[in-house]
Amino acid sequence: MPDVQALVNDFVNQLKKRKIEGSQATAKQTAELLRSVISQQRVPHTNQAAALINAVRAVGEQLIAANPVELAVGNIVRRTLHIIREEDLSLATAAMAGLGLSVASDDEDDMERSDHPVLSAAAVAAAARSTLRPPSLQTLLEDMPDSAAVPHTSSSGGDSEGKSRSVDKGSRGRKLKHDVIEAVNELIQDISTCYEQIAEQAVEHIHQNEVILTLGSSKTVLEFLCAAKDKKRSFKVFVAEGAPRYQGHLLAKDLAARGLQTTVITDSAVFAMISRVNMVIVGAHAVMANGGVIAPVGLNMVALAAQRHAVPFVILAGSHKLCPLYPHNPEVLLNELRSPSELLDFGEFSDCMDSASGAGSLHIVNPTFDYVPPKLVSLFITDTGGHNPSYMYRLIADYYSADDLVVKGRPTTGS
Amino acid sequence: MGAPKKSGGGGGGRVSVSEDSDELVRVPLQAILLADSFNTKFRPITLECPKVLLPLVNIPMINYTLTWLESAGVEDVFVFCCAHSKQVIDYLDKSGWLSQPNFSVTTIESHNSVSAGDALRLIYERNVIHGDFVLISGDTVSNMSLTQALAEHKERKKKDSNAVMTMVIKRSKTNPVIHQSRLGTDELFMAIDPDTKQLLYYEERTDLSKGILHLDNSLLADNPSLTLHHDKQDCYIDICSPEVLSLFTDNFDYQHLRRHFVKGLLVDDIMGYKIFVHEIHSNYAARIENFRSYDTVSRDIIQRWTYPMVPDVMNYGNTATKLERQGMYRASEISQSQSAVIGPFTVIGFGTKIGNNTKISDSVIGKGCKIGSNVCIKGCYIWDHVTIEDGCKLNHAIVCNEVTLKSGAILEPGVILSFKVVVGQEFVVPPYSYVSLLQQPVEEDSDEELEYADSTSVITSRVDKSDEEDASEVPETHISSVSELGMGGVGYIWQKCEGSQEEEWRHSVAPIPADKISEAMKTMEDDLELTHDGSILPPSGELIPDSNDSDEDNEDSRDDFFEREVEATFLRAVNENIQEDHLILEVNSLKLSCNKLTADCAGALFYAMMKYAVDTPHSSLDGLMQNVKAVLTKWKKALRSYLTDIDEQIEIILKFEEICLESAKEFTPLFTKILLYMYNEDIIEEDAILSWEDEKRDADEADKVFVNKAQDLIQWLKVAEEEDE
Repeated sequence: MPDVQALVNDFVNQLKKRKIEGSQATAKQTAELLRSVISQQRVPHTNQAAALINAVRAVGEQLIAANPVELAVGNIVRRTLHIIREEDLSLATAAMAGLGLSVASDDEDDMERSDHPVLSAAAVAAAARSTLRPPSLQTLLEDMPDSAAVPHTSSSGGDSEGKSRSVDKGSRGRKLKHDVIEAVNELIQDISTCYEQIAEQAVEHIHQNEVILTLGSSKTVLEFLCAAKDKKRSFKVFVAEGAPRYQGHLLAKDLAARGLQTTVITDSAVFAMISRVNMVIVGAHAVMANGGVIAPVGLNMVALAAQRHAVPFVILAGSHKLCPLYPHNPEVLLNELRSPSELLDFGEFSDCMDSASGAGSLHIVNPTFDYVPPKLVSLFITDTGGHNPSYMYRLIADYYSADDLVVKGRPTTGS
Repeated sequence: MGAPKKSGGGGGGRVSVSEDSDELVRVPLQAILLADSFNTKFRPITLECPKVLLPLVNIPMINYTLTWLESAGVEDVFVFCCAHSKQVIDYLDKSGWLSQPNFSVTTIESHNSVSAGDALRLIYERNVIHGDFVLISGDTVSNMSLTQALAEHKERKKKDSNAVMTMVIKRSKTNPVIHQSRLGTDELFMAIDPDTKQLLYYEERTDLSKGILHLDNSLLADNPSLTLHHDKQDCYIDICSPEVLSLFTDNFDYQHLRRHFVKGLLVDDIMGYKIFVHEIHSNYAARIENFRSYDTVSRDIIQRWTYPMVPDVMNYGNTATKLERQGMYRASEISQSQSAVIGPFTVIGFGTKIGNNTKISDSVIGKGCKIGSNVCIKGCYIWDHVTIEDGCKLNHAIVCNEVTLKSGAILEPGVILSFKVVVGQEFVVPPYSYVSLLQQPVEEDSDEELEYADSTSVITSRVDKSDEEDASEVPETHISSVSELGMGGVGYIWQKCEGSQEEEWRHSVAPIPADKISEAMKTMEDDLELTHDGSILPPSGELIPDSNDSDEDNEDSRDDFFEREVEATFLRAVNENIQEDHLILEVNSLKLSCNKLTADCAGALFYAMMKYAVDTPHSSLDGLMQNVKAVLTKWKKALRSYLTDIDEQIEIILKFEEICLESAKEFTPLFTKILLYMYNEDIIEEDAILSWEDEKRDADEADKVFVNKAQDLIQWLKVAEEEDE
């Protein structure tokens, strides 16, 4: 545990100092950290899932507090919690199903009985959840054995004895942990391959001789455009430079290096150019539950311009950017103000900031993000395909458990 | 050092160069943090609490420095504690700095060091520094990245082992009116070689009354080019080679890092140690030296120049601070009345209570404060657990922990209230006053050492005593100070010393009073007028040959240039014994390039000769005459080559007249003598003198002064002519 704590502290430190940038890197590192937390966590005989959940929650709380504006951290923590719950549930159902089919072995019976308190709690919670939350297609399919298992569990009873119980339980605990780690690995895999998944869809959206506009720099956008280019589509790209960090310059450089016809424009020229544009494709910092987008500063203006000229406004976002919170949630920090030195030179303006001689009237505000309301977004392209903004809550229901929306505190009622 | 070598050997026969670089990389970057300012600028607060633990926007200063060192990649920090060392060590221990995994903080304690020099000598004796290190004091706020500066330092060090230090500087304009930087420090002048970035000159205090800067001649002679800056701010972040420590040991009289060490190295050309500068542009770095810089840096932090070292990111403990609209930072659990107005750029700490109709703007308020109703706080720094009762007015003051302001008390601008002071009901604390529970230390004689000493041992012991016997001592002060701080007040108002009174507004937290600015503005204008009069010599102390500006205004600058060039050429010829022919050749080329007549050359050359004669030391008029004779005899040939025509000779005489009138009045009594000498030496023919007189016949009386002077000579010439006939 101590070395995990050191890892956690290290990561918290990095988050605090804003050393990690970009949601993908953050998401990946968070997932890797949580994986090691889970693998180091000693699992008790009873209530294993709850122990894991509490451990992940405790770490997650620290991570979220370290950089509340980086929503990807919270997303991954919630995804991991969801994974634990799902694995626990499916393990329980599997066991239940096994029990239902073959009641021959005494050992199995024992195991089943001893797990009874845990299992029933989990099952009841799961049942409660599944009744609470409107079923999606996926869950409807998955829930079939699930709901069947619940009454079965509660009805199961009998005497409890047996020597092999502890052994079995150990293996079961290991099984849960093992499954969770497997699932987290899959999550990490998903995060690292989300570019390709999104880029695969590029040809469906970009057509021959179209003009695409983008703002700032996003790796997803770069891969997306290049994928279309690789499939022999020829199109033009306008890159708005993305003041004050001018990351658009870097994107333009990369695009040009890959042979795309690229034009750099100032952010303020977006409205003038938009009438020539067929589609706006941009990346996002986070996608909120209502379909609103937190994105690099300047994007709201681009979205408004696109709406004015009826140009489709497409957001590319990996599923790790999908945040189950609403933007009006007080916990959501929508913005971060960075150093004014990105805007102007301290030396040149230092005399305007000399408060001593009464000239301290110059203030500089340098926000990082914009909020783009859902009505301005035409389409989200995630690694699972294209979605309408109004469909976001549906995706979120698939990825997150309603119990995990608030990661704070250590509720005694696990699952 | 052993481990990397071994691994290098294990890898097989490696090239030695790569092994070297390998080793360079593996030496952990060390830093020395001086947790003591070695001055008394922050008294009376520093009598009770070390400066590095004073809260800066609610976080003790040393946290900013340590956080920066950690993020800049320093692995090993030695914190040198002197005054209140126990408090510093306790704090570091409590806040977890001493137990960081990849960042080792070691404290070095000393009780008899009175200066930065002593501190470094002590550290040298400990023998803990093995490679390049960062030297910084615990009151520095920065977010710069060290990578580039370090790489530059190492690169230079490799080429030249005498490059021992790299200083970090940042551009920041100084206030032209009152000659001080934003940080309240004196104007700083630096001469830097623009190519190598070597620091050549460093002067903090200049004679403000005259606006004159004295540069050593050799500075200009030895360096092909240098730039002089006065808009640079010294960040007090130095990257040093280990030699620096031994230099301090060798020169046991070095005390101050800048005044002694840097200047010492710059002046000393025997050892040839060099200091370089690294300028940062987009990053921030500043040191808190006085109350003024405390104010300025706090504002810079609130305005996020120091990002990511801003209150909402640097949350120590579990009190998260949130940034709200208009630069308002609020911690959690604040209870604020609906009618209270909190202005922009304020920071309010955890658990503070604010009453009805209270107005707060541009201020920092610590945790657990109780602020009553109808209080007005503007530009103040209020630390933790302060109680402010109803109706108080605070204006640009610093209020330390656990101070109580009884209802209706008023703090005028620039007031410092030290720990646990109580200000009585409706008492007005006069501007710029320092109030403390401790009595002002007795003024000791102005020994040099004292200037650097933070609280000396006498005071420290007294503080300890007061801490221990708090209960018994406080009532005592209470009785004695009723009159000093009003009804129920506790504390002493310190007497200002003579010298500081005039300067107090410069270093205080309060903005500079308008009358001081207008006063300074006026003196500056006076200065400007003086310089325009020309009664003050230009800084170089040289005579500028701009004597003919009344004649041809439009060609003024061209003339000036030509004359100066000729003069320089002549001086070079004299100093380097260049042959006359070569001089003539050079002057001719100048003549062509400036499109001048032969007459101009003659005039300019003559002017240069006369100037040289005057500049050669002489005691009396006779001496001057001797000089003139010598120079004329020696360079006769050169001059004569331009005097083929009578017009040119006349030009010379006119020029001579001009010299006598304007630039070198010493010649006036010698006018006739020199003219005669030139006639005798065949430099000037008699026709020339006569036509000069002819030309002047119609001029004003004023112009005829010299003609009249030379009348004897002219008469004599005329007689001789007639006799010839």
